[in-house]
Amino acid sequence: MRKLLYLTPVLLGLVLGGLFMYVLLSDLDTETIPTPLLNQALPEFSLPTVQDSEQIVTKADLDGEAYILNVWATWCITCRIEHPFLNKLSQEGVRVIGLDYKDTREEATEWLTQFGNPYRLNLFDEEGAFGFNLGVTGAPETYFIRSDGTVAYKHISAINQTNWDEELKAIYDEL
Amino acid sequence: MNSNSFLALVMSALLMLVSVVGHTEVIDEEYIWSKPGLDVRFEQLAYELRCPKCQNQNVADSAAPIAKDIRVKVAEMLNEGYTNEEIIDFMVARYTEFVTYRTRINWRTIWLYLAPAMLFGVGVLGLLFRTRRATPTVTLTDEQQARFDLLLTKPKRK
Repeated sequence: MRKLLYLTPVLLGLVLGGLFMYVLLSDLDTETIPTPLLNQALPEFSLPTVQDSEQIVTKADLDGEAYILNVWATWCITCRIEHPFLNKLSQEGVRVIGLDYKDTREEATEWLTQFGNPYRLNLFDEEGAFGFNLGVTGAPETYFIRSDGTVAYKHISAINQTNWDEELKAIYDEL
Repeated sequence: MNSNSFLALVMSALLMLVSVVGHTEVIDEEYIWSKPGLDVRFEQLAYELRCPKCQNQNVADSAAPIAKDIRVKVAEMLNEGYTNEEIIDFMVARYTEFVTYRTRINWRTIWLYLAPAMLFGVGVLGLLFRTRRATPTVTLTDEQQARFDLLLTKPKRK
């Protein structure tokens, strides 16, 4: 009985050590911050498009059909890697809406001419003000929006064939 | 090398380390304040808010673009007269509870505050329980008592 008492600290140490090892060695994701917008309406916005500074698009214009909102920029290297896959998704009929984040029109237009344009519509958020309301931490990020305009999911970093097949396609199909 | 100059060397090395680690992004920026005193609140908030992009840096230290955006927004809101609580609520609404180092109490985080007090309580109870338990008494025979006294007597040194 007494021996058991003295063993308690050792046991506690082992349990804690095991817990730390588990967190270190497993693929537990400690970096992704869940979006506070989950199952809530996408914040209202009123933004011009990349192609046309006169055309003002609001949230209501996009509602009615589910879509993915891809936050991108020409200064973002991962976006360059992600781009061909977005082209592919768009060809397969996925409704991809772009949010060009803290960018210039000239560079964005050149990028779309050069690498193809997967976006049905490309919102232009020059100052990143809408991005801030969305809780964007960097690019690329992709929001999965239901037809009623609520947020179903937020994916941080690039979408590729692997994570699309394993995880994201199911989320998109459910929208 | 005597111990004093060694100590001086260690101290200066530590000071150099501190001066490197102590650099913050926030001091390189200049903001225009609508009222005196806002700069102090600004610094306080910048140190309490956590950069959502970079894993363990506050908004004052981080060079990430999002940290800069948060600093600019904080400055803007301070100038517009928002309180510290309103500013933190605004950030939490966009970047979740993650964004503040001073974890706020709610049903999910209450254990962070209660657990240490509860553990302390358990420790105190355990201690009381152990010290109050009656210690068993033993009666010694005269012979045993004599030997006991002998054992406890300090031997004289020669």
